[in-house]
Amino acid sequence: MKLDLDFSVLTRGDYPQWIGHGVVTTLELTALAWLLAAVLGTVLALMRMTDSRLCKAAVAAYVEYHQNVPMLVQIFLWYFGIPSLLPESVQAWANAVGGEFMFAVIAVGLCMAAYLSEDLRGGLRAIPRSQYEASRALGLSYLKAARLVILPQAARIALPTMVNHTVLIFKNTSLAMAIGVAELTYVTREIESQSFRTIEVYLLSTMVYLAISLLIMAGGAALEHRYRIRTR
Amino acid sequence: MSDIFSILADHGLLLLIGQYPNGPVGGLVLTFVLSVLGIALAFPLAVAIALARMSPFAWLRWPATTLVYLVRGVPLLMFIFWVYFFLPVLTGQAVSGFTTMLITLVIYQAAYLAEVVRAGIEGLSSGQTEAARAVGLSYGQTMRKVILPQALYNMVPAMLSQFVSTIKETSLGYVIGVNELTFAASQVSSTLLTKPFQVYAILAATYFVLCFALTQLARELERRIARRRAGVTPSRRPVRSATPVLTDTPSRP
Repeated sequence: MKLDLDFSVLTRGDYPQWIGHGVVTTLELTALAWLLAAVLGTVLALMRMTDSRLCKAAVAAYVEYHQNVPMLVQIFLWYFGIPSLLPESVQAWANAVGGEFMFAVIAVGLCMAAYLSEDLRGGLRAIPRSQYEASRALGLSYLKAARLVILPQAARIALPTMVNHTVLIFKNTSLAMAIGVAELTYVTREIESQSFRTIEVYLLSTMVYLAISLLIMAGGAALEHRYRIRTR
Repeated sequence: MSDIFSILADHGLLLLIGQYPNGPVGGLVLTFVLSVLGIALAFPLAVAIALARMSPFAWLRWPATTLVYLVRGVPLLMFIFWVYFFLPVLTGQAVSGFTTMLITLVIYQAAYLAEVVRAGIEGLSSGQTEAARAVGLSYGQTMRKVILPQALYNMVPAMLSQFVSTIKETSLGYVIGVNELTFAASQVSSTLLTKPFQVYAILAATYFVLCFALTQLARELERRIARRRAGVTPSRRPVRSATPVLTDTPSRP
């Protein structure tokens, strides 16, 4: 096989703008889905820590559904399925404002909320109850005990898996191409089918994906290092 | 609800086995075949990668570590396209979507599974290796007869979760037109045109039943293994359990 690479193709015409747009869309999807997942994940984790049986069962069902159905199927269900249940005026509005981006954020965000809530729950469960009792005995209020004693420790324990899942959110935004969101993978395919410079364009976007993933991992490692518990 | 039953009555067989026997096997059966073959072929590769990752030789460690980071950092979809475009170039002949998907899954799963195996090996106390070497076993014998049997036994639940991940990942075969369950469902949906919610709800429910059952099985096995380890070694220093390992390589959607 003779390799005959010509990366200059990628600088021609609209390709640089396309790639830029793809990268930005991927990052936007990641940021918004992460935000949704983090907020909802925290709420779910707290709901699961309550004493209400109903709350616990509802969260458990939510988590099981989102962890046991492929994300692509969840995206399809949101993009193709849910609008068909809504009134036509809402459907028309969703199409007009670019529903695919919105539904991709919702699907990825809701799915990953299940994973992040499990990470947080794992962190919270790892803190012995005596920690809470001891801080109350020292005179801290419930909120202070949570804020100063429990959460800092739980967050440290949950951090590594949360970073891993953040990388997963980033990687999984590529699935949005299946419903036509012009993110990096979609743009890569478009440029490939126009320019036929398969290796060049796939190499470029693979490197972009890898670089951003490694950056997220490195950021996570830096956070872990910064907030590690110093022991002698 | 009646919609769902009529869809199942009309298209259930297509979702289950594809066009078979009048055409190639597809649907749920193909999804299952892809996942089983994928994980089975990935397993030996994963053990090799895990051992290479822990090898004292840099020339073994580096390629394995690179592969693991590549897989962890690049979307599966990108890997599918790489195999899709370059396997035919490398082999000089047309490659079916099934083969493309299978090869991608094997590479991708092998890297993730290697991390599971590595965590399993590292979870054993180093006394195991030391004792085995002290009684005169070679490295190969130590691994084959002492370390791997214990590590792999402890890893069974984590490997089952990997299998669940594989089942979910086969759905991406849709993108390159492999006639697995998701692709079959999208075909049904475009034939019916007006019932996307019902079709995709059936699709989600099917995956859910399959994956949830396996997840529950993994949890039950994990409990049993934990109990057994706790029972067999009551006085010894507690061995690190298999659970932190699971959190090391998180389950994937």
